[in-house]
Order: sequence, then C-alpha cells, then structure tokens
Amino acid sequence: MSLAKRIIPCLDVTDGRVVKGINFLDLKDAGDPVEIAKKYNEQGADELAFLDITASSDNRGLILHIIESVAKEVFIPLTVGGGVRTPEDVRNLLNAGADKVSINTSAIVNPDIVYQTSSRFGSQCIVVAIDAKLTVAGDKSFWQVFTHGGRNATGLDAIEWAEKMAALGAGELLITSMDRDGTKKGFDLELIKAISDKVDVPIIASGGVGDLQHLVDGVKIGGADAVLAASIFHFGEYTINEAKTFMKSNYIEIRQ
Amino acid sequence: MIAIIDYGMGNLKSVFNAFKLAAPEADIKVTSNPTDIKNARHVVFPGQGAMPDCIRELDQRNLRASVIGAAETKPFLGICIGLQMLFDKSEEGNVAGLGLLNGTVKRFNNQNTKDENGHKLKIPHMGWNEVSQTNHHPLWRNINNHDRFYFVHSYYLESKDENIVSAETLYSQKFCCAVAKDNIFAVQFHPEKSSSAGLQLIKNFVQWSV
Repeated sequence: MSLAKRIIPCLDVTDGRVVKGINFLDLKDAGDPVEIAKKYNEQGADELAFLDITASSDNRGLILHIIESVAKEVFIPLTVGGGVRTPEDVRNLLNAGADKVSINTSAIVNPDIVYQTSSRFGSQCIVVAIDAKLTVAGDKSFWQVFTHGGRNATGLDAIEWAEKMAALGAGELLITSMDRDGTKKGFDLELIKAISDKVDVPIIASGGVGDLQHLVDGVKIGGADAVLAASIFHFGEYTINEAKTFMKSNYIEIRQ
Repeated sequence: MIAIIDYGMGNLKSVFNAFKLAAPEADIKVTSNPTDIKNARHVVFPGQGAMPDCIRELDQRNLRASVIGAAETKPFLGICIGLQMLFDKSEEGNVAGLGLLNGTVKRFNNQNTKDENGHKLKIPHMGWNEVSQTNHHPLWRNINNHDRFYFVHSYYLESKDENIVSAETLYSQKFCCAVAKDNIFAVQFHPEKSSSAGLQLIKNFVQWSV
C-alpha cells in the first residue's frame, strides 16, 4: 500500500485576490493567487483547493482567469469550488484548467447536477463538498448538512447525504465540520470516520486544523484520504514540508 | 508537430499546458483532424471519463483509424483511458478496446480490502503513488525509480504480455501502470498533473525518436 495521503492547502479567493481571515470575518489580503499557488507547489503541496468567496456576481469571472494562470505554471491537481451552480459553470472551470470542481449548495437545490456533471465530465472531476454540524433533535443527535457557508439548515443527515452523493457519481467528498471550522481544535474525527466507513470514494477532511497532530489524526483515526487546511499554512505557522515530515514520522505514507 | 488527440472527452488544457512548458519550441496542437494526426511527429492519446464513452466518441469522430495508424508508426503516448483503450477489452461497460495490445481492463475490488491503517480501500485510486520501473526505457530518463505520479482511476490493466510492462504500482495489488512496446508508451497515471516527474516524462517523450 503505497498511495500517499494528500495535503491540500485551501486558498480563499475573492475579487481576484487570496484573502485570509478567521471564520470569514476580518478578511485580509494575503496576496496574488498565482504566487501563493506556486509557493505551495514548491513546498510540496499534493493538490490545491481554491474556494471562490466572491459575493458579487460581477467579479465571478475573475476566478476563471486565476485558474487559467495557475494551470500554466503549477502541474498538480487543482480543485475549484464556490458558487458553482450549473453544468456550464463546471465546464467553464474545467476549460480554464481546473481538474476537479466542488459542488456544495447547488447539489442540495438540485442533486441531479451531480449525476449530470459526473456522467458528462467524469466522476474524477466532481467533488461534493458537505458542510455538517452536530444537531440535537429530541433525544438523538445527528450531523446535519448546512448550505450557504453554514447559514442554512437543510434537515439532511450528512452520512446519508454523503452516500447519496457518491451514488450519484461524486468522485470524492470534501467534509467540513462547521463545529470545528476556525476553532483549531482538530477535525471532527467521528464525523469523518462515520462517512469514510460508509462510502467507497476518497474523503478530504476539513475544518479545525490547529496543529500537525490534527492532520495525523484525520488520517489515522478519521480514515481521511486527504487533509485540507488553510490557516496553519497561510499564517506561516507550518510549511507543507513540515506537515509532511511530521506525518511521515507518524508512519503515514506521504509524497516527498 | 505534436498532436494531442481531442475526441471530445474531457479537458485537454492541462495536457496542452504541460507540453507547452516541457517543449516550448514545439508546435503543439490539440486536434480532432485526421490529417493533423497523420502529419504529426509525435501523437498523444489522452482519455478521461468512462471507456465506453471514449470509444463511442472516438468512433463518432472517425478517429479510430488515425489512432491505430499513429500507434503503429510514430512515437505515441497514451494517458489514463488512452492506455486502457489500446487493449483488447474493458470490464467497464464490457466494451472492446482498439486491440493493439493484449490485455484486459478490470475494476479494482475493495471488498474486504483494508489499507495500512485498517480503513476501507477507496475507489477511485486517487492520489500520488509510487511508480516502480520494470525496464529501461528512454521515457524514464532522469526519473528516479519509485518516484510518485498522480493517479485517478477505478479500472486497471491486467496485461497478458509481461514483456510490455514498463512499470508497476501497488494499490492493494500490484498492477501495470506503464506499458512500452516499440513506438508505443502508455501510462495509467497523469504526467501532466505529476509535477516535476511528470514534466520530465513529457520532455522525454518529446525527445523520443523511434
């Protein structure tokens, strides 16, 4: 078994720039997306994720130019998400150079988009992003799926939803714990493990990474195939290479 | 001219970009024109999605003869489904391939298969895995044995001819991830997404003469 677990830095992009902030508040300009993508690539990132958080529809096209520029210089898989609504959006991102497109809210509005896009473009390029939050209902609790960046509850059970998305053709699932996002307390390992045990497709764990042990736990306990983090890399606390060295010292296969 | 064959399956931008970087002086063309393929010095045969769709789209564009012609005569690089289609048949949709090489494309089986941490084996096989070279070939020049390349696939090749195996990878089982025969070289992984090792392989292909 020598498939490496992947480390994926996530870049939040708005109006053509990478921004960083805590819980989407107090956003600060963090630089040029192409330069940052190149830097992470040089540090050994296995993949890059771009999340377009542009609010106004006027500037949504900018992400296409960014992906086009990055794809000319960085030859590792690029995943792009945020505001993807139609098969046309998916097509435009793929044509710009994205290798995978992540779909979140629009899969809930219209689950068929996952089937349509995966059968048209291949499962390998369709990632479904699931934002989940532990919810108490009566005397039992479940992980509930939320949309619109965690604002709207859907009533859907995240584990069942994950199985449905994989069945409709998602090639990979990006699981974010809303409870942990921005807390630096580590992934919600129970959530990650519950989904990873149920579905056949690879799982990217996201939300809550505060130190390198959290990345190890995501893989070893959560069963994640890839770990996604933003702030620990953006704020320079750790480099990708340090993360890999630490994972390797914990007997996790990584790419060096 | 280097022709990258476009038969409407998936995005060839990454392949084009990688060739552009690896061979800045070369004339690189993404094309579905049989004349281009005939005139090309090197031919690249990529593939994404499901093999039955790939075969259907190839035939709809009347490109089967061009692909076979190129594979028989000039430096030819198959990538991903572009490798799988060269063989006799695939379990994916139970479809016949182009039959240029002997072998069957099969689905990974993850029933009762665990990874090293005791977790379920995932399908597709997605990510960076080690490529163990099993013979010397000009396309492995300046690439270390066991270097990692980026894979994403649910089906793998079971070759009937050991002599064509050029590299193997382990994913619950050993499988053939690169084949070489005469002027054909084909890989299951994506060199265009495999960073420096992948770009080196593309450079080697561009410089390869047979």
